[in-house]
Amino acid sequence: MTGYFEAVPGGGAAIALDEVEVSILRSLSVQLLELLGPGGVQDSDADPLAELFSEGPSKPPEDPALARLFPDAYEDDTESSDFRRFTENDLRTRKRDDALAVVRTLDAAAGGPVLKLSPDESRQWLGTLNDLRLTIGTRLEVSEDDNDLYRLPDSDPRKPMVMAYLWLGGLQETLVETLMR
Amino acid sequence: MATPVEIEREAEAEAPFAVPAPDVPWVTIVHNDPVNLMSYVTYVFQAYFGYPKDKATKLMMDVHHKGRAVVSSGTREEMERDVQAMHGYGLWATLQQDR
Repeated sequence: MTGYFEAVPGGGAAIALDEVEVSILRSLSVQLLELLGPGGVQDSDADPLAELFSEGPSKPPEDPALARLFPDAYEDDTESSDFRRFTENDLRTRKRDDALAVVRTLDAAAGGPVLKLSPDESRQWLGTLNDLRLTIGTRLEVSEDDNDLYRLPDSDPRKPMVMAYLWLGGLQETLVETLMR
Repeated sequence: MATPVEIEREAEAEAPFAVPAPDVPWVTIVHNDPVNLMSYVTYVFQAYFGYPKDKATKLMMDVHHKGRAVVSSGTREEMERDVQAMHGYGLWATLQQDR
């Protein structure tokens, strides 16, 4: 896995991905979409205004990865809960939109060796790559002083996920560089 | 942030850039986490707050070394907007009254 992002003259980014890399990225993005869930009001057909006035959840998600994606905004539980009711659904929708954009660009690029992203798509990719790393990092219980994770024997069941985590880090790092120019 | 050699420490001092006026008593605090890349956090501070690279880098280093940093100050409504934006970027942020 050696393909990394490079800036495209005039804006945007490009990366050469092989079929396996495309399939891994697509699968991870779809898993992220499943983790995020449908979001919003499901039967908004019944009342078009329902979604506008619907309130989001008031408690943090029980899944640790989701709790990391949607953290408390206050130290105080009551204030956090109020904030969450009015913000979490919007946040979920945006994260879903970003992940869907990643899947769409991957599908659109199928067959071609180089995937090109517009500046807007770059920002959506950046968001999804970060959400993926937060999710996988939480699952792996990554910590600042734990280097053992990066020296696992091949037989360790966590090894493939650690490899994916490090690869996504390289993709994100190089994509950030294209946006900082 | 994702630099394996560093060990997280508790916050000892406020970020030098936080200069809340008496009538704007709320602040947005970004907390350190082991996953977010240092370059990404710097990028977010530049892209969202419009901070110059030096200031964004300094704030990122404060988050990294002190465990947290005040990244903006203003009214409660403004800080709720900033915190929501930080959560959108995947940063761990909270707001509080600057006591």
